[in-house]
Amino acid sequence: MNSTSPALAATTAEAVVVAEDLVKRYGGRNVVDRVSLNVRRGECFGLLGPNGAGKTTTLRMLLGLTTPDAGRLEVLGLPIPERAREARRRVGIVPQFDNLDPDFTVEENLLTYASYFGMSGNEARSRIAGLIEFAALQGRENAPIATLSGGMKRRLTLARALINQPELVVLDEPTTGLDPQARHHIWQRLRRLIEQGSTLILTTHYMEEAERLCDRLAIIDQGRVIACDSPRAMIGAEVEPHVIEIQGAEAREWSARLGSASGVRQRSAGDSTLLYTADPKPLLEALGETRLRYLHRPADMEDVFLKLTGHDLRD
Amino acid sequence: MTTRTATLLPRPSLRFLPVWRRNLRVWRKILIPSVLGNFGEPLLYLLAFGYGFGRLVGQVGELPYMVFLASGIVCSSAMFTASFEALYSAYTRMEEQKTWHAMLGAPLDIDDVVLGEVAWAATKAMMSAVAILLIATGLGLVADWRALLVLPVVGLAAFSFAACAMIVTALSRSYDFFMYYFTLGITPMLLMSGVFFPLDQLPPLVSLLAHLLPLAHTVEIVRPLMTGGEVTGLALHLGVILAYGVVGYAVASALLRRRLLR
Ligand SMILES: Nc1ncnc2c1ncn2[C@@H]1O[C@H](COP(=O)(O)OP(=O)(O)OP(=O)(O)O)[C@@H](O)[C@H]1O
Ligand SMILES: [Mg+2]
Repeated sequence: MNSTSPALAATTAEAVVVAEDLVKRYGGRNVVDRVSLNVRRGECFGLLGPNGAGKTTTLRMLLGLTTPDAGRLEVLGLPIPERAREARRRVGIVPQFDNLDPDFTVEENLLTYASYFGMSGNEARSRIAGLIEFAALQGRENAPIATLSGGMKRRLTLARALINQPELVVLDEPTTGLDPQARHHIWQRLRRLIEQGSTLILTTHYMEEAERLCDRLAIIDQGRVIACDSPRAMIGAEVEPHVIEIQGAEAREWSARLGSASGVRQRSAGDSTLLYTADPKPLLEALGETRLRYLHRPADMEDVFLKLTGHDLRD
Repeated sequence: MTTRTATLLPRPSLRFLPVWRRNLRVWRKILIPSVLGNFGEPLLYLLAFGYGFGRLVGQVGELPYMVFLASGIVCSSAMFTASFEALYSAYTRMEEQKTWHAMLGAPLDIDDVVLGEVAWAATKAMMSAVAILLIATGLGLVADWRALLVLPVVGLAAFSFAACAMIVTALSRSYDFFMYYFTLGITPMLLMSGVFFPLDQLPPLVSLLAHLLPLAHTVEIVRPLMTGGEVTGLALHLGVILAYGVVGYAVASALLRRRLLR
């Protein structure tokens, strides 16, 4: 559009976010450490990592809410942080912690938030009915925020993020702290957005969420991206397809006797011992002769995470 | 170099209006207690001090004490209203309610939020000035129509008081911090700016000190406008008040940018 070279323009046309070697330092520590990301239009991109990994800080940099100490960043073709406000005009934000306006009702929240985008009352009202329905809050239009459940607040925050018909929606842990039902409610809505062609970036520390929703994922640990691909490709590339979990001290002794020759890779995670293998049959037969209880399951993102970081997502 | 100055100086824009309007919308919801507060408190002050002291004092120069006091109360009330709003209420929206965070996620900048908040605090202060003017008129304490000119002056002064208070808000880690500002800033300024008694009662040094602060200048414009006197040194008075507003807004914006966009 402006002064970018044609070659660069071509690559950024498809990329909604281009981040190169982003660094953010707090107290002399790199909490985001040379993170590079490339989010394509129409995909759901996940940032998966444990507490303190640097997910929120990365998102805040994308939105121009904090300045990177190093690196290059472009969102929707605009350089960040220089033109962050323009970019935010076309982005929807679901922050990690709800910041709905407690002085207002559900409907007033949407109206007021719309006004921050320079939308007129009529323009906002024409969108609000649809958004209330999207959030399944019909009949609650005049309810004060304090009377909403956690799930309702989260859905309202999501609806609020859509008020400006954003090209990109950024969600920071959209379902953390919700019960399973409320979480499914949010997932349904996110899938609807994905089907409609929106571009989503979400952070999570739920593997299941990442696997279900995301086309591609970046695993982030201690500020670094340690892998980035589709969940399936990552599982295929990083871990054996079958996992057998056994638990307790007795199980540990039993698995220690297996040795390393069996083609089984072992790993302990807390009280559990995880056995990874391409061919589970001999293992299952051997286990059948013991009184040990076991769980046989396909490998998932949790296993990828454990392998790449050496620790559990939860610790 | 350009980006350095760009992050130091605020860039005011009309985007402050939705922030201002948000606060107005909340205020309208609690209209009745708000308006009662606007009228009630200054009325009590005027009556208590006016009749109480007025009996003792009698005249100040050519003015009955009540007349003298009414114009002072307009100014001090504007100062308090603007300061409280920009301290306690703004801090609540920033830290407790995270209202500002929501605004910053939308296409608004810190500069817009600060300007909206300061303009709102000034608006509230003007509403209290209107209430006091009405009361004073009702009690026959206002000379003529020129008293209406008080409103823009009070609006500007309140903007400056709010902008200065916003600096304190930007530096606060809790509500307790505001007490320092009141004890070390607002209260001394109130006592030495000619609100309750004429400035010439004080030693010249104190009077000089008072004129380094905005309240004394505000009183010196507002009092003659309300009592039918002649305003002298208008440009200087307005200049000092305006300087506090502009510098206060710039410093508060810079501090809040540093605080919120870390
Ligand atoms: N403003 C700040 N000042 C100082 N340190 C900060 C600041 N913001 C974040 N940090 C630190 O940076 C690290 C990364 O924080 P961040 O919030 O990005 O992690 P996260 O991946 O979002 O974690 P969580 O899952 O808990 O939300 C943490 O150690 C945090 O304490
Ligand atoms: Mg976070």
